[in-house]
Amino acid sequence: MNVTFLLNGESVELRDVSTTATLLDWLRDARGLTGTKEGCNEGDCGACTVMVQDEDGARALNACILFLPQLNGKSVRTVEGIASPDGQLHPVQQAMIDHHGSQCGFCTPGFITSMATAHLNGDGDHATALAGNLCRCTGYAPILRAAKAASAEPVPDWLSAFTVPEILAGGMAGGKPPTGATVQPETADDLAQWYAAHPDATLIAGATDVGLWVTKQGRELGPVAFLNRCRDLQQIEETETGVTLGAGVTIARLIPLFDRLSPSLAAMLRRYGSTQVRAAATIGGNIANGSPIGDGPPALIALGAVLHLRKGDTRRNIPLESFFLDYGKQDRSAGEFVEAVSFTKEPDRLRCYKLSKRFDQDISALCGCFNITVENGSVAAARIAFGGMAGIPKRAAQVETALIGQPWTEATIAAANPAWAEDFTPLSDMRASATYRLDTARNLLMRYYLETEGTGVSVKEVQA
Amino acid sequence: MSVSSPLPHDAARLHVTGQARYVDDIPTPAGTLHLAFGLSSVARGQILSMDLDAVRAAPGVIAVLTADDLPFANDVSPSAHDEPMLSDGSLHYLGQPIFLVIADSHHAARRAARRGEISYEEQTPILSIEDALAADSRFEEGPRIYGRGDAATAIAAAPRHIEGTLELGGQEHFYLEGQAALALPQEAGDMLVHSSTQHPTEIQHKVAEAIGVPMHGVRVETRRMGGGFGGKESQGNALAVSCAVAARLTGRPCKMRYDRDDDMMITGKRHDFRITYRAGFDDDGTVLGVEFVQLTRCGWAQDLSLPVADRAMLHADNAYWLPNIRIESHRLKTNTQSATAYRGFGGPQGVVGIERVMDHVAHALKRDPVEVRKRNYYDAPETAAAGGSAPHSPRDISEQKKDNYTPYGQLVEDFELCGMTEALLASSDYAARKQAVAEWNATNPVIKKGLAFSPVKFGISFTLTHLNQAGALVHVYQDGSIHLNHGGTEMGQGLFQKVAQVAASRFGVGVDAVKITATDTAKVPNTSATAASSGTDLNGMAVKAACDTIRGRMAAFLAQLHQAPPDEVLFENGCVQIGDTEMPFAEAAKLAYENRVSLSATGFYKTPKLAWDRIKGEGRPFFYFAYGAAVTEVALDTLTGENRILRADILHDAGASLNPALDKGQVEGGYVQGAGWLSCEELVWNDKGRLLTHAPSTYKIPAFSDQPDLFNVALWDGQNREDTIYRSKAVGEPPFMLGISAFLALSDAVAACGSAYPALDAPATPERLLKAVQRLRDGV
Repeated sequence: MNVTFLLNGESVELRDVSTTATLLDWLRDARGLTGTKEGCNEGDCGACTVMVQDEDGARALNACILFLPQLNGKSVRTVEGIASPDGQLHPVQQAMIDHHGSQCGFCTPGFITSMATAHLNGDGDHATALAGNLCRCTGYAPILRAAKAASAEPVPDWLSAFTVPEILAGGMAGGKPPTGATVQPETADDLAQWYAAHPDATLIAGATDVGLWVTKQGRELGPVAFLNRCRDLQQIEETETGVTLGAGVTIARLIPLFDRLSPSLAAMLRRYGSTQVRAAATIGGNIANGSPIGDGPPALIALGAVLHLRKGDTRRNIPLESFFLDYGKQDRSAGEFVEAVSFTKEPDRLRCYKLSKRFDQDISALCGCFNITVENGSVAAARIAFGGMAGIPKRAAQVETALIGQPWTEATIAAANPAWAEDFTPLSDMRASATYRLDTARNLLMRYYLETEGTGVSVKEVQA
Repeated sequence: MSVSSPLPHDAARLHVTGQARYVDDIPTPAGTLHLAFGLSSVARGQILSMDLDAVRAAPGVIAVLTADDLPFANDVSPSAHDEPMLSDGSLHYLGQPIFLVIADSHHAARRAARRGEISYEEQTPILSIEDALAADSRFEEGPRIYGRGDAATAIAAAPRHIEGTLELGGQEHFYLEGQAALALPQEAGDMLVHSSTQHPTEIQHKVAEAIGVPMHGVRVETRRMGGGFGGKESQGNALAVSCAVAARLTGRPCKMRYDRDDDMMITGKRHDFRITYRAGFDDDGTVLGVEFVQLTRCGWAQDLSLPVADRAMLHADNAYWLPNIRIESHRLKTNTQSATAYRGFGGPQGVVGIERVMDHVAHALKRDPVEVRKRNYYDAPETAAAGGSAPHSPRDISEQKKDNYTPYGQLVEDFELCGMTEALLASSDYAARKQAVAEWNATNPVIKKGLAFSPVKFGISFTLTHLNQAGALVHVYQDGSIHLNHGGTEMGQGLFQKVAQVAASRFGVGVDAVKITATDTAKVPNTSATAASSGTDLNGMAVKAACDTIRGRMAAFLAQLHQAPPDEVLFENGCVQIGDTEMPFAEAAKLAYENRVSLSATGFYKTPKLAWDRIKGEGRPFFYFAYGAAVTEVALDTLTGENRILRADILHDAGASLNPALDKGQVEGGYVQGAGWLSCEELVWNDKGRLLTHAPSTYKIPAFSDQPDLFNVALWDGQNREDTIYRSKAVGEPPFMLGISAFLALSDAVAACGSAYPALDAPATPERLLKAVQRLRDGV
């Protein structure tokens, strides 16, 4: 397909772009822009971070798992485009020099683009903004000093002026029915029609998972639909009683929503991947890929979410937990796709606990989400769901049963202990042993209890 | 004066604008080919047959090489010639290179490399320490033993005892720039190699052997690495040699870079250790006797394992005068990646061993661990009993009077830690915080806090004495600009800037007048690896010598011209002063040139005073010691093992720092890397010998929020008592061991959960921490 975007302010028009050509390879090999580095080629180190702007604003994204077609109609800035055209440094660049924020320098371009993006967005939460950029030399302290120093400086005028480019050719502008092996539909209807006709195709939203199929497994994808121009899939519909999330809503956009509805879930989502990953990854992708260790599904299952599936013009709604049948197997027929996920608003009782070796940007060893209703001292209702404890995101049905109707006490929690092993027989792997998973799953229920009792239970809230 | 100025890294502006060039960024000529290895999928066995037709038929493939196709030496070992570049038929670890794909793109080479059909006769791999001991699979004939006094008798006679075992995991370097090399064939069979290496001379040497030319036929250039940490001391050999062999074969430039997964599967890591210990001590915590058995998995090839294991033994005393000590070291040969150099080079493992003993002793006595440590410290210079006794009699200890000799017989002459410890305890408010932590722990059932202090004394010099040499080449051009070259390599540590500051200082000019140039085996030959923290010490002195040669010639000429004594010719503030005459340095250079004065010189330096017998374990392996101390406070969730560093305070001895900003950067970064080694960074192999943690998705180095919330780092205001470059001290490796305080603080937090000693293993992942908490709560 043909792709048009701005690169460091200049229009680029590419014809017959390979479906799976990554921005990183293209920048380095075709354009000779070698400032953007390959550190891991899987979106985990941030050395390839670039700034991508469109109508929705500026985002930091990992270029190593960003396919060129995803850039259609957007503006890309690499580290080479952060200083002014006449060489005047951006405040984050000057601050990184002044505060000795680079040593070997290899991660630095990624930090600069992440920092410049956060700076442009007025984002002063440096720890969150930079959690997706690994540095092995500095220990991060000088980078934090630099980020703080630069935050007081105004956005330079060469970055604040921005226009989204016209799509000059290719793409799916004008509502043309999508055809061909690589398509970029503009609406869910177009997508539904095309996907029903190409049920073996791969759907790519943020490419934070599928990207690795290509970069790490060397897979050929066959027919592909890029979903990022389906604006109707990217809607968050909130009413007084409920919320419907379009499948194309990014994880990043869920955070402000849940800051209001469920701060615990919002806090967990701040640890989902990294800033770069959350800006690309979608909730639909997180559900549809069926991973047993995705963090979105257990939280949504605990909220009692409903999944909206569509094939052609046929739609059906199912409880989210029943979508996950077995490891690698979902209740989804060929040509059917996740259109949305919805849940009913209720008083916030949800607590989401993600356990991993590293606090930030780590795949969960387990992720436990608890939603327990206590009335008059007794458990009236319980929805408990876990990732990382089975081949699928799974409810702790036996534990729920053991709790419901019982007094909300430590004794009840202890009495529920045997039920955990009935619900789960987790695996041992490089992230954690089965024993650790089962022990901490139990302990997380205790954490939930202690939190409702007002006992301090978070290392993040402790100070020296 | 440019020395001691906190100037930014010389390449900082290039870093932040993306202009700094690494090997993979060098523009390549048209027709450049790309390489990838096909890897073994078994940990031990023999190749029965290889069908590489599908590899050869893959898109973009130009050629596929096996060991039989190699024209000369099939060896990329830095030491014992036991490391074939491509398997000779036997397989020693899962991930070992078997064949080499030459293709027209990086991706084509990688994709083709997966298509090899290889059948194996599998053998049971030797993976664990137990496996290796059972099979007596080891390097060297048996364990090496160092020590002094009679540890067993002293322990037996001591009123109190502890013993225990400590597991220490390995560590992936995770340099952000993976291994990379580019070979460009030259006329007459010569080869130019760009390599991301800490050791260009070794690359030159191995490439020359592999393509059958003398070393003069190979030139290796290294401008910078995107991180090294020891991982590019020997591990770049295979790539550079592959590129050179392929370039010789095809006549075309060849480039190779490892994808991150390949890098982690193929290359060596820090040695993991199991240390068992036994100590006898008195009621005050004075350690009377201690025994260590250090067991380390060296992996399949010898590489640098012997000096690594030696250094672990040499740091088993750390900061403590131990009259009776025995250290037994087993260097085990296993079917895993060949463990290699990593910042500290075995030293950190040795230090953790004795710090564990001190911690355990303090716990047994219910005393503050700092008091126990101080009691066992070497004496400060003013109080030491040393000086009279000769270094040949350290084993003859008849009375418990500190003679300040190490177990290997080196006198500790400048033990700075007494003063540093007091200063740090005061600045970190240790005593009050210790109390506050105890109070917190008494009232908080779930979140426990821990606080710990740890010191480091680290020996500076290569223990292979002949490596302690360096060369430099300096030119002054007729416009007064200066070209600087030396044998050291830049991996981010700021070596080039520090050495440039030395050169600028010798000529009395600004550092802008000095052009820093890529390390180049054609400019300075026979260099040592930039390793052992020695880069600035060695190369700074060599550059000083070169500069002083030129300066001496200029001074002699100008003195003669102006009829002044040469020693009254002064180089400062960008000018040269000869009596009453002053001229800009550039004018002096031009004048010297026009009067046929040579403005180019080499410099050479060799570290004095060294004498070391590694078999006996006696002598003076180190020119001097560098010191540091840290206090770390952590919080631990006893329901999950999750934890966080709340505060770290560090005081570090860089002597008279050549550049306090760069040195502080080494300290901060070293601390976080050391803490990562002992906490979140975990290497996991399965029972087939497959490394499961081979990407950042599964191997977790510290991320941004893992830095301490409060991080106070200061440099000790001192100077090296030895005559080093401007009395500075080496600073690359020593701060790594400050991270041990974080591990000890976690152990302290666990200790709040019961009365038993936590006996925490490393890395202290949430899982290991939770297990330790459960053990204490269960009263085991």
